[in-house]
Amino acid sequence: MTASNQVAVRAEALIKTFGNTRALDGVDLEIPTGTVLGMLGPNGAGKTTTVRILTTLLRPDSGRAWVAGHDVTAEPDKVRRAIGLSGQYAAVDENLTGYENLYMVGRLYGMNRARAGARAKELLTRFRLNEAAERPAKTYSGGMRRRLDLAGALVAEPAVVVLDEPTTGLDPRGRMETWEVIGELVADGATVLLTTQYLEEADQLADTILVIDHGKVIASGTADKLKSQIGGERLELVLAEAADLPATAKVLAEVGSAEPVVDEHTRRAHVPVDTGSKALIEALRRLDAQDIAVLDVSLHRPTLDDVFLSLTGHSAEEEKDPS
Amino acid sequence: MTVLTQGLRDGSIVAWRNLLNVRRNADWLFAAVIQPVMFVLLFAYVFAGSIGSNPAAYREFLLAGIFVQTVAFNSAFTVIGLANDLQKGIIDRFRSLPMSRLAVLLGRTVSDLVVSCGALLIMSLCGLVVGWRIRGSFLDAVAAYLLLLLFAFALSWVGALIGLAAPSVEVAQSAGLVWLFPVSFISSAFVSVGGMPGPLRAFAEWNPFTSVINAVRQLFGNPSPPGLPMPHGWPVDHAVLYTVLCAAVILLIFVPLSVAKYRKVASK
Repeated sequence: MTASNQVAVRAEALIKTFGNTRALDGVDLEIPTGTVLGMLGPNGAGKTTTVRILTTLLRPDSGRAWVAGHDVTAEPDKVRRAIGLSGQYAAVDENLTGYENLYMVGRLYGMNRARAGARAKELLTRFRLNEAAERPAKTYSGGMRRRLDLAGALVAEPAVVVLDEPTTGLDPRGRMETWEVIGELVADGATVLLTTQYLEEADQLADTILVIDHGKVIASGTADKLKSQIGGERLELVLAEAADLPATAKVLAEVGSAEPVVDEHTRRAHVPVDTGSKALIEALRRLDAQDIAVLDVSLHRPTLDDVFLSLTGHSAEEEKDPS
Repeated sequence: MTVLTQGLRDGSIVAWRNLLNVRRNADWLFAAVIQPVMFVLLFAYVFAGSIGSNPAAYREFLLAGIFVQTVAFNSAFTVIGLANDLQKGIIDRFRSLPMSRLAVLLGRTVSDLVVSCGALLIMSLCGLVVGWRIRGSFLDAVAAYLLLLLFAFALSWVGALIGLAAPSVEVAQSAGLVWLFPVSFISSAFVSVGGMPGPLRAFAEWNPFTSVINAVRQLFGNPSPPGLPMPHGWPVDHAVLYTVLCAAVILLIFVPLSVAKYRKVASK
């Protein structure tokens, strides 16, 4: 084994090209055993391609990767025994019941009938799908399907769990339910690779965050480290009148440490500040002097969205032109 | 476990799952039960009245053609089934499991074979109602059904490759059917090959569809009606052997191609 027991997943200089598009342009990553790596990036950044390579669904053009000590291209079958994958779309069979879906996956991992049946029941209880166990999955809500799909990834108690955008397309309730389940998984000490477009999700669930854009890793570290990288705090205001925005921007430029950002549509303006509450009080005093009505005011540490914006020049969640 | 025994074990699990889908899905029931009944009745009464001088004899002649055409069209189930699984990400999950690379395709072709068995049973019963009879020996009849199923199984693997290669379920749906029309109609299914113009006739004579239809007619003992002479030639005189050879060649080509495609296929 090349990778030490401390590292569950390692990738070195992964490159993958589709036609003229370079989906991965030299991705390195390392996931210590028992930790959660959150891979964060917009659509088309290369998250799913990375996942597909690490789960043996796709071969890289160059570069190497090991999962649980096995080379993904040389020993794909050993890698498959060590992983559980929950893909971007809940890959459950709609006409099968929850129980049948999990039973089938257990059987395909090589379990005998009794073991596969027992494991399916165990997981249905754990994922609170007991009452729906005998119903076809097409009657499930989005959140329930996701939970069933997640349960499918855990059937063989894999050393490494790979979750590709586990909450994409879910309503807020479904998202909360899914987070809860992933949280329990993490508490149990699983090694998890999680991809997401949602900064909040990476912030909540991941030990380490890898920011990826255009097939390259552009930053990595804990959420706190990434936030402190761009320094300072954010002062954000919401005005009553859009007409007051230019005057407000001027005030913010004076108290802030960089150019303020103004959004006319939401009547919102924000600016990075170095002096915290002093800057807040100063800004409000000057606005008050000009009779500008403020509806909402906040001072907060930068969010991961701010981090993304400052690293890439565009927001993580904004839709990019396909190029 | 050897490659083959793991393939059979995992394949049977996938087939079990597919058959549960068939049982719980009304579309499949329609395609597997109602469509064959409709074909038998339409062809038996609409065509039989206008082709040949003896409708009853033509009906008996026709049934083998309908049997073959229906099980051949069942290969479209393989196409659509795989295209659906691909689109829904189920193939991704299967490919990430430590299961045989043969299993998903074998499970699909075997479950579609079970559907064809059901279709053949229903068509045979309908056939008996409209005047078709098994006039040969019991063993010949068994051989005829086995030949039909072998042919269905071979075409199902052609369907597997189409299903994996199709860019979408919609394309799969038409691609899985469209090639079947010319090859099933330019055959001895409904008419005498002898009446076709030169090139079509040559194609029809060597067409595996003609061969399996002739073989099944011979084994069931269903004679050609007056006015539809049976031409002679090597494929006609050795219909059973030629059919088995064709099925073997189709399998030898399409099983490895489909498995190779499955190894690389990406979800749509």
